[in-house]
Amino acid sequence: MTAAKLVTLSARSIFRNKMRSLLTSLGIIIGVCSVIVMVAVGQGSQEQVKRQIAAMGTNLIMVMPPRGPQQGNRLTTADVKKIREESSYISAVSGVSRGSVTVVGGEGAGEEANWSTTFYGVEPDYLLIKQWEVASGEFFADKDNAARSKVAVLGTTVAAKLFGSEDPVGQRLRIGSQPFTVVGVLASKGSSAMGDDQDDVVMVPLDTAINRLSRGRYMGSIEMSAVKEEYMDAAQAEITTILREAHRLAEGATADFDVMNQSQIIETASATSKTLTTLLAAIAGVSLVVGGIGIMNIMLVSVTERTREIGIRMSVGARRRDILLQFLSESVILSLLGGVAGILLALAIAAALDKLAGVPALVQPGVIAVSAAFAAAVGIFFGFYPARKAADLYPIDALRYE
Amino acid sequence: MAIIEMSGIKRHYQVGEVLVRAIRGLELSVESGEFVSVMGPSGSGKSTLMNILGCLDKPTEGSYVLDGIDTRAAGPDEFADIRNQKIGFVFQGFNLLARTSALENVELPLFYRREGGPGRGGRGRKGEQLERARKALEEVGLGGRLDHKPSQLSGGQQQRVAIARAMVADPAFILADEPTGNLDSEMTLEVMSLFQELNERGKTIVMVTHEPEVAAYTKRVVTMRDGAIVSDRPVAERRRAAEDLRAWQAEHASLSGVKDEARAS
Repeated sequence: MTAAKLVTLSARSIFRNKMRSLLTSLGIIIGVCSVIVMVAVGQGSQEQVKRQIAAMGTNLIMVMPPRGPQQGNRLTTADVKKIREESSYISAVSGVSRGSVTVVGGEGAGEEANWSTTFYGVEPDYLLIKQWEVASGEFFADKDNAARSKVAVLGTTVAAKLFGSEDPVGQRLRIGSQPFTVVGVLASKGSSAMGDDQDDVVMVPLDTAINRLSRGRYMGSIEMSAVKEEYMDAAQAEITTILREAHRLAEGATADFDVMNQSQIIETASATSKTLTTLLAAIAGVSLVVGGIGIMNIMLVSVTERTREIGIRMSVGARRRDILLQFLSESVILSLLGGVAGILLALAIAAALDKLAGVPALVQPGVIAVSAAFAAAVGIFFGFYPARKAADLYPIDALRYE
Repeated sequence: MAIIEMSGIKRHYQVGEVLVRAIRGLELSVESGEFVSVMGPSGSGKSTLMNILGCLDKPTEGSYVLDGIDTRAAGPDEFADIRNQKIGFVFQGFNLLARTSALENVELPLFYRREGGPGRGGRGRKGEQLERARKALEEVGLGGRLDHKPSQLSGGQQQRVAIARAMVADPAFILADEPTGNLDSEMTLEVMSLFQELNERGKTIVMVTHEPEVAAYTKRVVTMRDGAIVSDRPVAERRRAAEDLRAWQAEHASLSGVKDEARAS
């Protein structure tokens, strides 16, 4: 029998029992649909995390104190200076010293406001690294850093909390107990991958922060941009060499700092959501298997019901293989149709989640292909036993079956 | 030329502890163009013979040569191909596919046709197959009911669809198992006159029946008892089913109106 004949034959019998066919493939529809939606939601949020980390800056390299219970933080402004002077792969570098602080402002408006926020002691390069812009006023310059000037640039959240609709530029505020002058307001950046508000920030010159706010020699991190993406590895290696030299580390000694690039940060962040995605897909996959069992169940009933038909077909010359293929293709077509319906349903649900509910859902063609193939595999696997049962019937018995 | 050549056929079944000897040594030869009826009471082995003749069952012993093919060496697939190409079945219960049009029912054997030897898919063109099926239905007088489903046809018409199906692949012989068992007198005459017509056109027919009046329309009666042939003789006074049908219809002319009404309701 040709494939076309088989498909016609199976399609005919599937459409003869429309309601039953629909109910049978419902298991596959739900299974395929939930696998795709689960994976789409998982990958959508993964993609969002990646996008947001990418938005942290271009070709970002971070030097951080070592993770784990090793010797403490030894990153200093001298390190930053050394990197700036000696590195050939770095286009911008800034030390970062941050901490929690309470800001008080709005005296000019007669009404004082309190706000707990995070201060970032940074250097002017920081804006380049983070691809951040100043919306009004200006950012502080290197001379403010050298002079430890008490100037601040506010994130939009802090500006709104302290000054409302007033223009904060030129206004005064207190950070901790120290008076500062607002010189600029940053453009809004929205929330981060982890969901915190990136605009809830006050930026001050690095040296001002170290000497007047955090009162410690060491910095939280050093952040920098590599000149080009392809130099990331070289840049990382170079930074490591420079810092080991700066910290006078003996050959083979454990580094007292970690150099990480963006993709490593992304990897760390997406590892969790990847695990979650796999878990969700596995649970949804179980429903696909249950759907397959449903198909097997109905096909078994169908074989019993159509014993006479099988006998007739055998008597006019159908071989065992013809009967086997007929029933097998019926279950495969049934599960494939279910698969297609499930895919369409999943696309609709994913689009609705994305557009209406704001849940990021990303349906990748690969997932569709895999789930369609899986649906067909389920059809073959669970259709084989009933089809074998049909093909193994003895023609005489099948013909006499009432 | 002999279509059927059986010698030393035995068929034993093991039913629990008991060995049932359904056929105990049987010789049968059927020439091309014959119209043979096989008679005998229940348990005489005629159903078993029918199964063996139809290549639905294999004898325990003996040889069966069908149209020059020795069936002893054939496996299940070869049996399927023999049934497809050499035998046209007509059953007592019609055995048509329900919810399938008359045309598609008749087309069924062509669907499983393997031209160019076993193992190859049927390559018959769809249009050509449908044409053959349509012709076969016209030959049995159902050219106007191609798209009717079995449930929309009378018993006699259903049996004629089955006969069309049996002939469509141009088999070596037609094997009919109690073809009139489920039919009333008029339909029986219809079907038998069709068989006679086909036989006159050269078709070989073997028919199992237990009604002597039906056997009287054939050319040769083989009687079985206890798994063996007890008599094998030509029909002396062969009746013409077409004439009997006309006579029957004339006699029941007054009743036919009533019957049509009953059928229509």
